[in-house]
Amino acid sequence: MAIEPILTARGLVKRYGRVTALDHADFDLYPGEILAVIGDNGAGKSSLIKAISGAIRPDEGEIRMEGRPIQFASPNDARKAGIETVYQNLALSPALSIADNMFLGREIRAQGFMGKFLRKLDHGAMEKIAREKLSELGLMTIQNINQAVETLSGGQRQGVAVARAAAFGSRVIILDEPTAALGVKESRRVLELISDVRSRGIPIVLISHNMPHVFEVADRIHIHRLGKRLTVIDPKQYTMSDAVALMTGARSVEAEAVPA
Amino acid sequence: MSEPTAAAPHHDYEKVLRDSAVEVASFDTGDKSVVQKFRNFLHSSPSAVSLIVLVTSLIIFGILLGGKFFNAFSLTLILQQVAITGIVGAAQTLVIMTAGIDLSVGAIMVLSSVVMGQMVFRYGVPVEIAIPCGFAVGALCGFINGFLIARMKLPPFIVTLGMWQIVLASNFLYSANETIRSQEIGATAPLLQFLGNNFRLGGAVFTYGVVAMVLLVALLWYVLNQTAWGRHLYAVGDDPDAAELSGVNVKRMLVSVYVLAGVICALAGWASIGRNGSVSPTVGQFANIESITAVVIGGISLFGGRGSILGMVFGALIVGVFSFGLRMLGTDVQWTYLLIGVLIILAVAVDQWIRKAAS
Repeated sequence: MAIEPILTARGLVKRYGRVTALDHADFDLYPGEILAVIGDNGAGKSSLIKAISGAIRPDEGEIRMEGRPIQFASPNDARKAGIETVYQNLALSPALSIADNMFLGREIRAQGFMGKFLRKLDHGAMEKIAREKLSELGLMTIQNINQAVETLSGGQRQGVAVARAAAFGSRVIILDEPTAALGVKESRRVLELISDVRSRGIPIVLISHNMPHVFEVADRIHIHRLGKRLTVIDPKQYTMSDAVALMTGARSVEAEAVPA
Repeated sequence: MSEPTAAAPHHDYEKVLRDSAVEVASFDTGDKSVVQKFRNFLHSSPSAVSLIVLVTSLIIFGILLGGKFFNAFSLTLILQQVAITGIVGAAQTLVIMTAGIDLSVGAIMVLSSVVMGQMVFRYGVPVEIAIPCGFAVGALCGFINGFLIARMKLPPFIVTLGMWQIVLASNFLYSANETIRSQEIGATAPLLQFLGNNFRLGGAVFTYGVVAMVLLVALLWYVLNQTAWGRHLYAVGDDPDAAELSGVNVKRMLVSVYVLAGVICALAGWASIGRNGSVSPTVGQFANIESITAVVIGGISLFGGRGSILGMVFGALIVGVFSFGLRMLGTDVQWTYLLIGVLIILAVAVDQWIRKAAS
């Protein structure tokens, strides 16, 4: 493949005490693709995702974005670089409203004196954008954009988190188990949303245990096992049971597996 | 890489979705009992309970005591008596909203006031500089609290319990247990007593300390509700991990909250010079307990992330109205403490009951 990857990681190591979560893991994401990351529980998927989204700092290894080495000290750094993540635990503040949550950490200030010197927020503009993004998603029926997130159902909360990522992710969007808490219909909407985002040219990293969903939308599948990348496969050439066999160690990698 | 294909054929079991219901879920609004509606109202307006208690207690004491309670002079006297609790309570509110607690507020208040006084009378520093020095000391104490809590990850209760003793002892050592008398202050540095000066509007008497409290609360209300810093404060108190992942710098947030609390305590120290006239290292021993009482009665959750600063003011006023009213009735002062104890427990019980409204 001649195309340069947008995001690469080489030799990432992350240890928690005596547990090695990442053991020289590699990662490549190409422009415009949907890369699924699958692996058994404890394989280090979450640590890998946290390392590239700035939530943890790897002990060793290098992450490059468009060829330039990058180091994220916090999720905010990653967000500034255009990498937006929907975490499995959603990272929403229950007592704050939907609009407040969507704009947490990047609030819009009011125009003119009030905004500049008194740092007043433009609640109207934020509510308007939040409402637009949510209706674009069509994922839920929310009566009041100012209702607290704790009053929403699990699926609705998921929708808010996905809408937040889709609204602000400009370079890469990372989704950690986006359909795990959702019903059949909501899952379908999220998958459609993923295809929508891809058609805008933004690459997506999708972590999921749901094999039908992974095989439906992914262009390539990164299989993570024992803290490192085992292989990357093309979903058109492998079956779901092949993938499960690989990620659980029931089968070893063949020589002809698609290289990264 | 392969060109984007339309999403592969949907799974069979999903085909029936086409015929699924399209009407949206609606919330039941009509068939709620009055009690449920009331509970939902209380849930959405966290300072309402304390306001209702305040108005009720004003009415009860008004009926019991009549005109000698219900006049501008008495009511503004209550305001003067709660001004310092209100200011310290504002500092406590900010800290408690981050799911912390600050036991050192009273000690920081006293130390700041002692520094303001000693600067003038021991070192001959002009009073205009001595007062900012007091504020700087308050900020420094707050910074130590914040640093230990945010960076060293020590529990706020332990850190501020320790700082309470440390600051209080420093205060006694530094001041050599010496009181600066009111007449001396009045003669050389009347600005120290400025917040104790009063002005009249008809029968009502306001001190500048009361004005300072009202302005401070109004300012903090604005900051909490209208600025990003305020939204972040709620988010940090609610769920610090989620706030961090959403891009809030939790550590910096916590440090800034404790520093601000220290500065507000220094303001309370200045106001206490005005109220007492003198600078004494022994005042304000109960400021921390009084401020926590005001916060709890004001319906602010000790678990963080919830509540309104207006609730704290109502809480402080409730305590003020009870102490003043019961004293006018001529009851033993212990009845005041007993009733306030009951109120604290009731406030938390009501808070729990309201919380269930959300579920």
